[in-house]
Amino acid sequence: MGTRWLANFLGSSIGSKVTVAVSGLVLFGFVLGHLAGNLLVFRGKGALNDYAEFLAHQPGLVWTVRAVLLVALLAHVSMAIRLQLRNRAARPQPYARNATVQASLASRQMLLSGLLVLAYIVYHLLHFTVGATDHAAFEQVEQVVRNGATVQRHDVYRMVVTGFGHVPVAAAYVVANALLAWHLSHGVSSLFQTLGIDDPRYLSWIRRGGIGLAAVIGAGFISIPLCVQLGLIA
Amino acid sequence: MRLTLHVWRQANSAARGGMVTYQLDDVSPDESFLEMLDKLNEQLIERGEEPVAFDHDCREGICGSCSLMIDGIAHGPDAATTTCQLHMRRFRDGAEIYIEPWRAKAFPVLRDLITDRSAFDRVIQAGGYVSVNTGSAPDANAVPVPKADADAAMDAAACIGCGACVATCKNASAMLFVGAKLAHLARLPQGQAERRMRAKRMVEQMDAEGFGACTNQLECEAVCPKEIRVSVIAAMNRDFLRSSVF
Repeated sequence: MGTRWLANFLGSSIGSKVTVAVSGLVLFGFVLGHLAGNLLVFRGKGALNDYAEFLAHQPGLVWTVRAVLLVALLAHVSMAIRLQLRNRAARPQPYARNATVQASLASRQMLLSGLLVLAYIVYHLLHFTVGATDHAAFEQVEQVVRNGATVQRHDVYRMVVTGFGHVPVAAAYVVANALLAWHLSHGVSSLFQTLGIDDPRYLSWIRRGGIGLAAVIGAGFISIPLCVQLGLIA
Repeated sequence: MRLTLHVWRQANSAARGGMVTYQLDDVSPDESFLEMLDKLNEQLIERGEEPVAFDHDCREGICGSCSLMIDGIAHGPDAATTTCQLHMRRFRDGAEIYIEPWRAKAFPVLRDLITDRSAFDRVIQAGGYVSVNTGSAPDANAVPVPKADADAAMDAAACIGCGACVATCKNASAMLFVGAKLAHLARLPQGQAERRMRAKRMVEQMDAEGFGACTNQLECEAVCPKEIRVSVIAAMNRDFLRSSVF
């Protein structure tokens, strides 16, 4: 027993790749769940605020998920950067004439898209989780009558509408989620290959499904700021 | 045909190299790429200059000696073709062609277009074998091998170890090569006893040689003269995971 096997595994090229893949899968799972929750905005104010209130009353669940996500994010970013440094060191002298036969632009710019998405996550947390960018909008409450008594709860719906009412903010979210979709268009199918899941019976499903899911996620997230700007959510 | 060639010249592994431009006339479209370089070298020798050093051996596309990054593509523009099997009719008259050696930290340039690919040999020495005395050839039906496994093993065993996968990979990763060498033994009964240890040792040696890590861009698959598929990389990942974690 001991931890040497783990250090050896994490230090190896494939171990690092598997870490990026597994942490990426965790983050991808969260993104899917987060999208499903966000899309409640289309069912109206009540549905979104009910969901927000439900989460607010589950601190154990919320903080567990946050802790898992933080670990996954740190592992994903640190291992990806380490791999990238290793990969750059593996070719100290570049080619005078370089060509690309079939590698997609997304696959070649994963570090760039990933770091931009990371910067967006920081902004997004400051905006909607901490409320540091627009405190007044963040503090909005809604009065609801429950069992004959009036209670106050966080008005997430109005916070979203106020936030996305600013054109530059909505534009930033559109661009950031397009980048997320671009990142996932390579990342989702790539993680299956790294984990060795590539049976010919479903390989084309994985490759097409990865791009399809990335497009659905991008379109889903982008639809919210877009609909606020178009006045479809008010 | 009249060609303008930009060729990497480097006196030895310690020297600084650079691209040198040559004009070459009277190239026949029926010549192979290496025959075209032979013609260039004859002219250089006649002029009293050092000929361009490049690796070659069988010139039949089966030995894995020839290399060359041609206009940024390993083994040139034809799919499933080694440089020696590439013909000049593939280029237009008056073309400018960039010719460079494989570029990877693990493949240092020895001279001009020749690189030291012994890193591959050391990866094989780390575990790419079956360490039992096989004796004389047994009856073909003594050890049953399912047809699908025999085919997959043969496909992987087609790897000639030329290094085009490393050369073309944006990360100079050797995972297609190592995956192929693992897959051709892992699919056969004779390879089972050492299967996990082999994966672990060969991957460790691959890492120690300074190759990069695969980012699943499939460039290697596109240029491999033997059309090795990236499924061998997925298989390697599975075997490495089993040997390291499970």
